[in-house]
Amino acid sequence: MRREAALSAAVIAVIFTAPGRLPAVAQGAAAPSAGVAPIAPALLAVKVVEENGVPGVPQALTEKPGDPQAGAKVAVDRRLGNCLGCHQISALGNEQFHGEVGPSLDGAATRWTVPQLRMIVVDPKKIFSDETVMPSFYRVGGPGRVRPEFQGKPILTAQQVEDLVAFLAAQK
Amino acid sequence: MWCGGAIAQDALEHPDWQGKGFAPNVPDHPLREIISGLAFRTHETKAMQSDDFNNPGFLAVEEGAALWSKVDGAAGKSCASCHQEAVQSMKGVRASMPKWDEKQKKPVNLEQRINICRSENMKAEPWKFGSPELTAMTTYVGHQSRGTPVSVRTDGPMKPWFDRGRQLFYDRVGQLDMSCANCHEKNYGKFLRADFVSQGQTNGFPTYRLQTQRLVPLHERFQGCMFDVRADPYKPLSDEFLALELYIAWRGLGLPVETPAVRN
Repeated sequence: MRREAALSAAVIAVIFTAPGRLPAVAQGAAAPSAGVAPIAPALLAVKVVEENGVPGVPQALTEKPGDPQAGAKVAVDRRLGNCLGCHQISALGNEQFHGEVGPSLDGAATRWTVPQLRMIVVDPKKIFSDETVMPSFYRVGGPGRVRPEFQGKPILTAQQVEDLVAFLAAQK
Repeated sequence: MWCGGAIAQDALEHPDWQGKGFAPNVPDHPLREIISGLAFRTHETKAMQSDDFNNPGFLAVEEGAALWSKVDGAAGKSCASCHQEAVQSMKGVRASMPKWDEKQKKPVNLEQRINICRSENMKAEPWKFGSPELTAMTTYVGHQSRGTPVSVRTDGPMKPWFDRGRQLFYDRVGQLDMSCANCHEKNYGKFLRADFVSQGQTNGFPTYRLQTQRLVPLHERFQGCMFDVRADPYKPLSDEFLALELYIAWRGLGLPVETPAVRN
């Protein structure tokens, strides 16, 4: 757990993909640890831009545009986004068991811009508050006692984030 | 409630948990209402728990009863050699666990108390955590407190353990970065996908879980929750889980012991 503690702040992991290069994080690159360069070369901070006082991530995390259908799978899959764990989404009406912890995501794209949706998926604490129950899906570091197989990895890959953002952007 | 037309959510029963609790009678308690996990379960589960002949947890009660009078260890004693009838001697014991142990200089829970008795008085091998024997005995002894309100001490030497337990309850852990409180304080009474979230009270443990079809001791349940948020769980009977057990028992002060409870 000292590994996380060694990070002065939560590192927001982003891979600026060279064409054809797999995201290093998704392949399981080790978390930065004390005594080693704090940020591995493939991990760079996401560029957060505030617009009208609301933070957003305007730049896509991958060159390949997000695929809303793949994003729907990310929203459903319990091992990936599991958005249905907490939210209701009418577009996924064929799926059983929609959670009630967060608001319905119907019309999400009418309430948030695409950069804001991307910010919410990457690190919702930046938009809501540190108190939000919602996990940060594209961040490493910060939380303690991460199970060894998940250490240094964000919940979603860059492509999965983009696919999910594309799906959310279609919820009008 | 949101209406989703085709979504099968409507088929899920929303248990009628509201108004099934009571106001805590200590100051600065984090819950407005203390509610047993039983209130968050379906009619079927409630019915199964309330009928001793249908409650599968009673198999362990019977196993425990048999072990109670079984001689084991170099001292040639059984539990009954010193404690006679558990119905009288063990009444209320579980409701005040974990309890400070002056000799160990730490709080001990029921599993540990049983094993201390085995090694010190019976000169028998302690049972492994999670073994059918230890869980059965914990269930049998626990059951003798059924209906007794939970009443743990949190003052004196217990205070630092209580404080540590509270910290652990609110610590966010794992890749999903969640604390106990995120679900069991802020979001009980809601569906988390197909799971209806309770307050995470401990008055029913060991608990017969329908998912696993066996009795689950409390620290195994703690581990399961931590594992699910992708955290590295603490070890059963560790100081951390002892502290957490104490703190969560306090969150449920006054709840009647239900051992063996039935849960999903």
